[in-house]
Amino acid sequence: MLLIHCPYCDETLPELEFTYGGEAHIARPENPADKTDDEWRDFLFIRTNVKGPHFERWRHAHGCGRFFNAVRDTVSDRFLTTYKAGEPRPDLAVLLEDAAKKEPSK
Amino acid sequence: MTHFSALSLLKNALTGQKNWQAQWPDSQPKAEYDVVIVGAGGHGLGAAYYLAKEHGITNVAVIDKGWLGGGNTGRNTTIIRSNYLYDESARLYDHAVDLWEGLSQDLNYNVMFSRRGVLMLAHNVHDVQSFQRHIHSNRLNGVDNRWLTPEEAKEFCPPLNISPNARYPVVGAALQMRAGTARHDAVAWGYARGASQRGVDIIQNCPVTAIRRGPDGAVEGVETAKGFIRAKKVAVSAAGHTSVVMETAGVRMPLESYPLQALVSEPVKPIFPCVVMSNTVHAYISQSDKGELVIGSGTDQYTSYSQRGGLPLIEHTVAAICEIFPIFNRMRMLRKWGGIVDVTPDRSPILGMTPVPGLYVNCGWGTGGFKATPGAAHTLAWTVAKGTPHDINAPFTLDRFRTGRLIDEAAAAAVAH
Ligand SMILES: Cc1cc2nc3c(=O)[nH]c(=O)nc-3n(C[C@H](O)[C@H](O)[C@H](O)COP(=O)(O)OP(=O)(O)OC[C@H]3O[C@@H](n4cnc5c(N)ncnc54)[C@H](O)[C@@H]3O)c2cc1C
Ligand SMILES: [Zn+2]
Repeated sequence: MLLIHCPYCDETLPELEFTYGGEAHIARPENPADKTDDEWRDFLFIRTNVKGPHFERWRHAHGCGRFFNAVRDTVSDRFLTTYKAGEPRPDLAVLLEDAAKKEPSK
Repeated sequence: MTHFSALSLLKNALTGQKNWQAQWPDSQPKAEYDVVIVGAGGHGLGAAYYLAKEHGITNVAVIDKGWLGGGNTGRNTTIIRSNYLYDESARLYDHAVDLWEGLSQDLNYNVMFSRRGVLMLAHNVHDVQSFQRHIHSNRLNGVDNRWLTPEEAKEFCPPLNISPNARYPVVGAALQMRAGTARHDAVAWGYARGASQRGVDIIQNCPVTAIRRGPDGAVEGVETAKGFIRAKKVAVSAAGHTSVVMETAGVRMPLESYPLQALVSEPVKPIFPCVVMSNTVHAYISQSDKGELVIGSGTDQYTSYSQRGGLPLIEHTVAAICEIFPIFNRMRMLRKWGGIVDVTPDRSPILGMTPVPGLYVNCGWGTGGFKATPGAAHTLAWTVAKGTPHDINAPFTLDRFRTGRLIDEAAAAAVAH
């Protein structure tokens, strides 16, 4: 079972308290009427599905109930970091460097 | 190559089983092929088999990063059925069932296809309405499927608990009699043997690292761990790794890869006559010919390539199995494993052409593509050989995510299938 750090509660808790919310940082189009079919396809259906560090959303459903973002390596399932919704995308190079040094999910 | 028959079995029995030969050689790549298939699962090997057998295209290589059949083909719970809601799906899956029926004879290899019936349990009003809608739709499409009362379901599958006090009460069931199981490894081996017999090279332990495209955009071949292999046609059948492979050709896919787990119990005498699926509680069960109960669960909630999956799902699945079949309360589970399944937004596969000339794809089978193996492989071979969609795979385009013409089995079933 994954152990996940909620950045709001500031606690590391079992996966069962959380629900997965899919890929993060996918912005809803500002002017939907201007979008082409290709752009709608990309927004609705295309995902990076990356094998490696993945930016994704989680919700602390059985806790504070809030959405937050995380970076998790989809090969090892190890979390590199979690951060509050609305905060900018963290720098991946720095995260990978940190991860090599410590165990960030604790 | 050996032709299997009662006589050859007898002859080898009398000579101490010492004269069996390898069924296919482990090939090394040539510099160029007419067609390269990425992924030696049932779908990739099957496509090679039908390319050779039905279209006379034998200069073909099937390349796998691991051993053949080591992906989801060798990891699934082998449920075969065709009672899908939409016309397009019914045709595709029923085409597969038609081929399953003659597959052992066709391949001269026993894939142990067993039409033992698949019983899908309804636990609530929504299930009843949804299954009855499926049954009506199936009948209109000539696909067999019928409604059973809880008592009839218990008669068909005696270990079933139909007590109204159960945590997941059984309020009815849909039964497809033509459905069943097959031996998954034998499917990969049978197709590998058949393809190899006709001249196809099967290249194992050779990851494809990129698909190379020429200045005109068309496919030129594949980069692999064993060097560049030239081919004007490349078909990708890489299941959970399809997005990764397609990305190298510059094609972004509407796919997400999730772990899906299964487990088996200790072997016991024959006790379980059919396949039972409960979509609502996410538990699937049958008994293998070796005697193990084969149990499958739902996908993990997060995308992953770890090929592991979490224990909470196993606990949930086994709890549900014990509730529905109290008789199995004290069975011990022996092994559990995971596979990485490629899931599309509408839970229907993507099968055929891509925007890249010479590049074909067979993916998006998610949690349920074993059943489709012969049908998908057969129609993909047609498309690769002729360069046009087959009547049956034509609706399963990549373009449907742009046009909006989805084949929304996800909404139809409201769960994975
Ligand atoms: C636990 C579990 C239970 C399931 N239960 C059922 C069921 O009951 N009924 C059903 O119908 N379906 C079921 N499925 C789904 C089914 O197993 C798959 O849809 C089907 O087997 C896919 O076959 P395939 O040949 O496309 O993929 P695979 O057998 O996975 O083959 C893909 C191959 O591609 C190779 N590959 C990947 N990347 C590369 C690369 N870069 N270079 C070279 N090779 C590569 C892999 O090594 C692999 O061998 C289940 C799946 C799982 C995991
Ligand atoms: Zn919280």
